[in-house]
Formats: sequence, C-alpha cells, structure tokens
Amino acid sequence: MNVLYGLLQPDEGEILVDGAPVRIKGPGDAIKVGIGMVHQHFMLVPVFSVAENIMLGAEPARGGFIDHAKAVKLVREVSQRYGLPLNPDAIIEDLPIGIQQRVEIVKALTRDVDLLILDEPTAVLTPQETDELLEVMRGLKAAGKSIVFITHKLREVKAVADRITVIRRGRTVGTADPTAPETELAELMVGRSVVLEVPKEEAVPGEPVLEVSGLVVADDREHRAVDGVDLVVRAGEVLGIAGVQGNGQTELVESIMGLRPARAGEVKLSGKPITTWHTREVLRAGVGYVPEDRSVDGLVKEFSVAENLVLDLYDLPPFGGRFALNLDAIAAQAEQKIAEFDVRTQSAQQPVGALSGGNQQKVIVAREMSHPLKLLIASQPTRGVDVGSIEFIHSRIVAERDRGAAVLVVSSELDEVVALADRVAVMYRGRVLAVVSPDTPRETLGLLMAGIDPSSSSHTPGREQDTRGEGMSEHGEAAS
Amino acid sequence: MDVELAVPEAYWTRTRKTGAVMVVLGLLATIVFGALAGSENARFALGETVDGAGFDIPGTFGAIFFGLVALAAGVAMLVTGRYFGVLTGVALMGFIISALCWQMSVSPVSHTMPLGFIAAATFTAAIPLIFGSLGGVLCERSGVVNVAIEGQLLTGAFFGALFGTLTGNFWLGLVAAAVGGALLSAILAVFAIKYLVDQVVVGIVLNVFAGGLTAFFYEQVMRPDTDAYNFPGKVPSWPVPVLSEIPIIGPALFNGNIFSYGSLIAVVVITIALFRTRWGLRTRAVGEHPAAADTVGIRVLGLRYANVLLAGLVAGFGGAYFSMLSTTGFSKYMVSGAGFIALAAMIFGRWHPVGAFFASLFFGFFGALTGFLNSISSPIPSQFLSMLPYLATIFAVAGLVGRVRAPAADGKPYVKG
Repeated sequence: MNVLYGLLQPDEGEILVDGAPVRIKGPGDAIKVGIGMVHQHFMLVPVFSVAENIMLGAEPARGGFIDHAKAVKLVREVSQRYGLPLNPDAIIEDLPIGIQQRVEIVKALTRDVDLLILDEPTAVLTPQETDELLEVMRGLKAAGKSIVFITHKLREVKAVADRITVIRRGRTVGTADPTAPETELAELMVGRSVVLEVPKEEAVPGEPVLEVSGLVVADDREHRAVDGVDLVVRAGEVLGIAGVQGNGQTELVESIMGLRPARAGEVKLSGKPITTWHTREVLRAGVGYVPEDRSVDGLVKEFSVAENLVLDLYDLPPFGGRFALNLDAIAAQAEQKIAEFDVRTQSAQQPVGALSGGNQQKVIVAREMSHPLKLLIASQPTRGVDVGSIEFIHSRIVAERDRGAAVLVVSSELDEVVALADRVAVMYRGRVLAVVSPDTPRETLGLLMAGIDPSSSSHTPGREQDTRGEGMSEHGEAAS
Repeated sequence: MDVELAVPEAYWTRTRKTGAVMVVLGLLATIVFGALAGSENARFALGETVDGAGFDIPGTFGAIFFGLVALAAGVAMLVTGRYFGVLTGVALMGFIISALCWQMSVSPVSHTMPLGFIAAATFTAAIPLIFGSLGGVLCERSGVVNVAIEGQLLTGAFFGALFGTLTGNFWLGLVAAAVGGALLSAILAVFAIKYLVDQVVVGIVLNVFAGGLTAFFYEQVMRPDTDAYNFPGKVPSWPVPVLSEIPIIGPALFNGNIFSYGSLIAVVVITIALFRTRWGLRTRAVGEHPAAADTVGIRVLGLRYANVLLAGLVAGFGGAYFSMLSTTGFSKYMVSGAGFIALAAMIFGRWHPVGAFFASLFFGFFGALTGFLNSISSPIPSQFLSMLPYLATIFAVAGLVGRVRAPAADGKPYVKG
C-alpha cells in the first residue's frame, strides 16, 4: 500500500490506474491520479487545527497568504456532503481517536480521490466506532468511491467487503467471497488451522495478591487518566482488563509498578501497601512485568540477548559478584532460557534488537518468569507477535496462573482478553465499568468498552451527558 | 471535560516552588540590601542623561520597601498557588529595584539612573540576540536544531567587516554578512539533513570551526593591514522625527539604524510568514510531523534546506551588528557567547518570534544593568556583574519557562519509509 501511495518505490511490476500504467514517485503523484490513503498511524499534525491539517499541502491561498475562511468552508462542505461532521477549528490532539480518523478520511476526500486506501483503520476504534466507520464506507461506496480496506479482523471484511484478497508474507495467497466461512479465511491468513482458544483448566482462586483501591493517576497532560479504580487479583486467577487503548490502562499498570505516582488511593501486594514503592522494590517483591511497548520499555536493544535476560537481576548472585558480573552464570542462564522459551536467535550474544518481534517478546517473558512470581502483569503481551509465539506466550501465562501466581493481563485485543482471563474488567475513561465473566456476549463487552453499561438503566449521568454534548456540538457546526 | 478530569494537584506546584524562591529573595533584599543601603536618595531620571525630570527614592527606604514587595509577591504565590506570570514579574522587579536602591545610594560616582539610557542600552544589547534567536526559530520550526547561532553571528561579523572594507561599500558588506551566515548554515544543512549527523554535534563543531577560521584570518590578514581589510565604516543613524523625543522608549526605539529597525521588521515579517502564509504552515508541519507533510506531497527535505539557509541569512545579518555598528571593525571571538544567549532566548520565547523578541529584551536588560552598575563603580566585583546575563539565562531557561514544547520533530532527521 505504501508503494501505491508513493511512499516506497517498487522494485518490479507496474501499477495501472483506469487501465493506464502510472509512475508514482511520491504521495503528490498518488493524489494526482486519484489515490488517497488513511494511514494506520494518523498523518495528522497534533498541534494543528482540523482545517489546517486538511488543507496542508493544498492550501487555498492568495499571494502566499492562507485563505483560512475558504479552507473552513471546504471542510464544512465535504464533511456535510459525506455525512462526516467535524469542527474545523478543533485542535487535533484534543479530539478522540475516532474523530481524528474522520479528519483523515475528510482530508483524503477533499483531494477528490477516487480510490481510498484504509490501512488497519479499526485497530484503534471501539466496536461501536467501528460500526460507524463501516457505515461511512458503505456511504462512500454509494457515492462512487472505490475503497481498499486492510484489516486482520474477519468480522469487518465480511460485513463490508465486496471482494476479499488475502495477503500473507508479501504474496497474494487467495481471494474469497464475503460469504465464505470465517474459518476458511483464517486458515488462508495464517496458513494453518488456528487455535482460537487457550486450553486451560477452571481457575482455583486463592488469597488476594494485588488489591487496588480508589487509585487515581494523572497522565502526562495532567488529566485524570485513572479515575478511582478498585481491583482485586487473586492467586491462581487471570484478571483481564479489556478496553480501547487510551482509557487509563497504561497509567494504571505504570502506577502499580511504581513508574508513575499515584495521586490518591492505595495499591497492596499480599496485604502490604506498595503504593509508594520504587519499581525495583516492586519487582523484587515477586512481581513480573511485561511492558506494553517493548520498543520503548523492557529491552535494551543494543544489548545482547544474554544481557537482556538478566537486566533485572544483574546485581544479585549468581549473576553479579561483589565487583564484577559473573559472565559464566549469565551465559548459562541465557542458554537455559533460550532453550526453555524457544527464542529463535543466532546466538546468546546477538543484539536483541536484531530479533523478530515475537522473539523479543519471548526474551522479556523469559526474564520476567525467571524468578518466582506472586504477581505477573502483562500489558499487550502479544502485540506485533507472530501466531506461533502468541500461542506459546499465552500458554506460559496460563502455566504461571496454574502454578499459583496472580495474573493481570491488559490487552486492547478483546479476543486475547477473553481467551486468557478468568474474569474480565472493562475500563472506560479511567474507570472500571464492570467486572464480568469472559463468557459475556461480545455485544455486551463492546457496549461496555464504549462506556455504556447495558445492565443498569441509570447510567452515570455526568459521563452520558458529556458524550452527548460533544456529538451535538459537532452536528451543530456542520449544519451552520 | 478537562475541568472535570482535573487531577488532585501535588501541593508543591511550580508556582509554589517559585514563590518559595521569591520569598527567600525578598527576605534577602529587605534585610541585606536594606542594611547596606545608604541614606542618600536613589534618583531615577526619565531621559537619556542624569539631568532632567525624574523621581527620588530614599536609599534605605527603597531597598526595604521593594524588598518587601518581592517578599509579598512570593508569599502570595505560596498562598494562592496561582498568578505565576504576574507575581513572578512583580517579585523580580521588586528585587531588582531594591538592589538598585542599595547600589545607587552608596555609589561614590552617581546616585542617578537615566532610564532612557537604560532602555536604549537594553534594546542595543538585545539586537544581535533578536537576529540570532530568529535564526534559531526559523531553523527549529522546520525541525533542524540550530546550535550554530554563535558561529553564524561570528561568520556574519567577519564577512561584513571584510567585504564591507574590500568593496568600500557598507551595504555590500551587510549583504556579504548575510551570505556568510548562510554559508555556515549550508554546512549545517548538508550534514544534518543529508548525512543525518547528530545536529547538536554538528552545531558545536561549526561554532568551533567558525571561531578558529575567523580568528586565523583576523590574525593573518586583518590585523597587519586594518585599513585595507577591516575598516567597514559605521552604520548610518536614522532618527525618526518626533517619535524619537518620547521619554524613555523614544531614544531606544526611534533613534536607530538598519540593525535596530531591521530587527523589529524581521520580528513582524517572520511572525506573519510563519503563521499566516502557506510557507509558514508547511514549515511548521515539517517541524512537527514530517511524515504527515510528506504524505500530502510536501517536499520535507527541500523545505528544511530552505529554512536552514534562511536562518543563516538572518543570523549572519545580525552578526554584522558586532563589526559594523561602530568603526572598530572585526576582532576575534567578538560575539563571545551572544549566540548561546540567543539560543536560550529562542527557548525562553517558546520557539515563537515574538516570544524570542521579548526574551532577547529580557537578556538585553541584564546586559544594560551590568553596564550601568559598572559605570557607577558598584562595590560588586565586575567579574560577578558580567555573570548576570548568564545567570539570568540559566534561571530563565531552567525555572521560569516551565513546560515548553519544542517542535515535535526538532532535531530528528527525516528518513522516508
């Protein structure tokens, strides 16, 4: 897709638009031949307004001076024509993800494209927002636009596509009809039958290990990211936290780990308050931590696999002596862990950054499980990890539970949470809306993730009004 | 929504911490300055000289009174935890005036401070900082860190003096100064944008390079024959009738030359260009999120080259101020750190041309104050006084700014894919 949009150049082959071959040297050329793209990572300048982002690169101007009124008018026109309400003067970073995506779509539409490429657009959306997007796609189709919709979620392609092409490892491996059964598509995608469920016994919950009460944590912008969370995780059970990314999960976990200060509330480990403990103390008290983004936390990429495997224990025997590291013990540990966790690496001395995502993740998991755990916290444990490694990591997490550890799994993949968890807590806007069984119907979980509690008729009134207010103002803007 | 989601704040906010510092300063001023001040009046004259209208403040009373003002502002910050900007300003002004009352009342030379002169000296000292920090703004808004402002100013000073003398034309010298700054910038651009070298390292290397090269040519060429190579002439003075007669600010702003007027025009033009034109929007987009700019067909690298070169032109022109304001010509290392203060002014001014302008004036004021205290034979050692602008820089950048947000892609080379 990056080739189609001119971000990368093809080594071979050709691109035909309306039957004629074209050379696309850059995104400018792509727009000229009528190709627009909504990227997985939004291509929006966070500090610019909606109108500024939409006009960027094609600014209406008189003698070099930007005609802001004209840009605003254009945004209103296009957003009205396609039923995508937007406030042209809102600043991007203040908008929810779903609206930012709308800005991306309108941005492509203002450039009069005929073909719209949507690259994994639903990865960041709630189920309800996803349904809205699918509706928008149908509308665009009716308006005569062609759409290439890239996703790995089968339900979505089946719901909206007219034709399906399955691509694996850079090759087209097959095409299918939207009516084809899901299992057939899934097999095409991964090349072998997938285990959609993690085999596990009924949980035998014991004493509470992690108790979180009334926790309040601020995010980097000083907003209340975690807004009074109460949680209990017992020995021998997996508590899964479901929720769309950015609803306070990151801050919750970081606060438990001592990486982010709690502004109110308490965290207890086996009955002992650890709220103000340093991260090292938390880890040494028998907590394992798989951070959500291994490219930032959890690994030193330039260090070898062996060094990364002892990052947390390098100063303790047998790895650390009084003055120097015990390299033999570190090497032995590496040999053993690489074998046990099936880390595919050329040698223990290879820099960990050279490994595939799945193997990097296995290094983290191996390290965190290399000392006896009371509590394992795994954030997005299988993000960007191949299918084989996913199965392996899942089975290790369940094994840790069966050994008697308490496990907290945070994932924005609902499938993962449901497959692993014995109880599911749904987070929305910094609060735990409900703790439910993993057997709860998907629709109910989806509604919860969107902040609507279907079980109670009296919703939290303040929140409810809040969301409605936003929607109203956008409609108002578009209509004026 | 933000109000509802506000977090319970920690007690020691930035405002309260600053308030505590101001309380200490206020106490220091009230007690120490009050005790040291003499009984003579400290006189603040409105004009450019010590004669004429003005007002008198008894030394001891002034030192104590304004010390108490600083103290009160500090206490107010501690108690309310709010009004950071205003109260910090009041506290600092109180502290400075208290210090002045003490210094002036015990001076053996003069008890009078000519405010018009101080204002003019402030602006004069600020001019190279304004050009330098604007060069920084232009560069960094497009995503290239410009630590080489010092070198650009120095190269401009050297080129201006040399070519102004060689051609015998002051104005051609000015053009050469701008070109000189741009040449140094071109090296920065190539290494930073094309070869992806760490931009801070390149900048520092360029500063050393410019210092060495100009010093070499100064020793080998200029000094042996000053008349032939280092006598660019003096900038003509262009007073504006009537306006230059306004007390205090008149002489500062309206009795100027190409440098002073040029700096004001540059601030206005660059502000409008950055925030009202197509070029400005694209420049800011490239500095914030180059991939986003690329995907709408903007040439990221081309725009960065253009901006870095433009930054060199502006800083180089400002550099000519050092060698062409008076008839002394170029001397080696004459910029002596102004480029780094300009860098601080850019940060203090939050990467905004107008902010950079006021930050430059702030630093210029401390420069003028140093000069004044020296002239009244202050008992404070002059070495300590000449530290004042730098101390102010450190405190301004470290403390008063709080959270400044640089352009998000500042210093990050853009590689496609």
